[in-house]
Amino acid sequence: MADLEKNDKRADDGARVPTVIADDVHIVYRVLGGSGGRGSATAALSRIVRRDKGESRGVRKVHAVRGVSFTAYRGEAIGLIGTNGSGKSTLLRAIAGLLPTESGKVYTDGQPSLLGVNAALMGDLTGERNVILGGLAMGMTREEVRERYQGIVDFSGINEKGDFITLPMRTYSSGMGARLRFSIAAAKDHDVLMIDEALATGDRKFQKRSEQRIRELRKEAGTVFLVSHSNSSIRDTCDRVLWLEKGELLMDGPTDEVIKAYEKETGR
Amino acid sequence: MSDTTQDGAIATSVRPSPDDGLTPAELAAKYGLSVSGARPGLAEYIRQLWGRRHFILAFSQAKLTAQYSQAKLGQLWQVATPLLNALVYYLIFGLILGTREGIPNEVFVPFLVTGVFVFTFTQSSVMAGVRAISGNLGLVRALHFPRAALPISFALQQLQQLLFSMLVLFLIAIGFGSYPKLSWLLILPALALQFVFNTGMAMIMARLGSKTPDLAQLMPFIMRTWMYASGVMFSIPMMLKDKPAWIADVLQWNPAAIYMDLIRFALIDGYGTENLPPHIWAFALGWAILFGIAGFVYFWKAEERYGRG
Repeated sequence: MADLEKNDKRADDGARVPTVIADDVHIVYRVLGGSGGRGSATAALSRIVRRDKGESRGVRKVHAVRGVSFTAYRGEAIGLIGTNGSGKSTLLRAIAGLLPTESGKVYTDGQPSLLGVNAALMGDLTGERNVILGGLAMGMTREEVRERYQGIVDFSGINEKGDFITLPMRTYSSGMGARLRFSIAAAKDHDVLMIDEALATGDRKFQKRSEQRIRELRKEAGTVFLVSHSNSSIRDTCDRVLWLEKGELLMDGPTDEVIKAYEKETGR
Repeated sequence: MSDTTQDGAIATSVRPSPDDGLTPAELAAKYGLSVSGARPGLAEYIRQLWGRRHFILAFSQAKLTAQYSQAKLGQLWQVATPLLNALVYYLIFGLILGTREGIPNEVFVPFLVTGVFVFTFTQSSVMAGVRAISGNLGLVRALHFPRAALPISFALQQLQQLLFSMLVLFLIAIGFGSYPKLSWLLILPALALQFVFNTGMAMIMARLGSKTPDLAQLMPFIMRTWMYASGVMFSIPMMLKDKPAWIADVLQWNPAAIYMDLIRFALIDGYGTENLPPHIWAFALGWAILFGIAGFVYFWKAEERYGRG
């Protein structure tokens, strides 16, 4: 399935068209108050007084992504795997241009978007207003939001058990909330789409529906990135896999090969 | 190489391609790829921001609604909060301390309440600005939009909050004998200028606060000093008549005092031009333009760095 799409999206000279190029990307987080457990007021004061070469002592650096390079092409669906804390989500944010890189560059075709609208939604507002707010936050126009509103609500299935869309979102169960969030996020067409663990939400029926939607988005989008701990959903949706460990790119290749090596390594 | 990998990684599928041998930068240039997360030019930035105007408005309204949605009285608190605020100041400064020497009661009460409301508008915009980026890192790290949308949205939320306060203020003014007249229309340009000033302040504070979140702890003290120095609960010229004249001049020309005085002048019958410093509209306009433009440019300069943790 994947190869069919890939083949008809080649450039004139037969080369595949790159959509995302990561060139030796390093990302460093600076964490306040993480140093050595010294949390007292006097310790904080001494940190301010004694400074080392412009770097204040209270700041601890976390090198989350270390020199990752790869090129993604139009029509590819790329899975990111790795154990917790291996830098998968951080790398996605850097590709989306949401996290500044410490060194190295990310080149992209158009504006990549992260399928994560959660942060813009507010639990105190009704589902209805959150659909509108989330749509606007993703950069849709008011007309687009109005057009797609019914589709979003129907897709989420929130109203299947009664009129829940007019209730504040904080009253939703975690599954219902996740379904609405996914539905809002998936409503927009993207050039480069990045999905972070979105498939693990909802019941079996909704998972099937969202996998179907991701395949649709993939057809419209140039390139899809998917972070997941479910090897089966990576197998179902991706044709290429990047394996990150401790911020480094351990392996980059076709899904089967990489997943096999990953399962061997993690003992599954 | 079609699958560019770092040293040590295993490239398992290498296909021949005419792009072999290009560096990543050359490859990006060949296909017209742009650097992700780079800061757009100022004109482009303004264009993007304009494109997000509906989001800015919706976000500010959502924040405003969410504020009181768990309270039983709900949105009634939008009006009740400023009313109670005014009552507290009246009790302390009007009845107990009596700083109103020389100001008749029907002037002093609306004078005080106007001062409190107008200053609160600037104060809460500044405070919201400090936390506009640092308090919304989740949003900044999840979605793409010109970051200036956040401080502007927070300033806009405070403007809407102020409109509720203005209703209370009108009632108080009428209650103390200042009836609606043509000069009330002057409130509109005065508030518009103050809003531009506040937005500029919010953007400056947002950039500072994104780098140094500690400002959120420090700002209440600075704001309180500013409030007492701006003549919220007393008339600056009357209070400082024994001191050198330049102190009163400086205090009267500070932006908070300027906007307060303009709205008092527009609203209150017994508060005439003799209470205003000279060239007050020029100052009101100047402060707004200066802070509006400087704040916007200052905020935009660090656009690509917001969101770094």
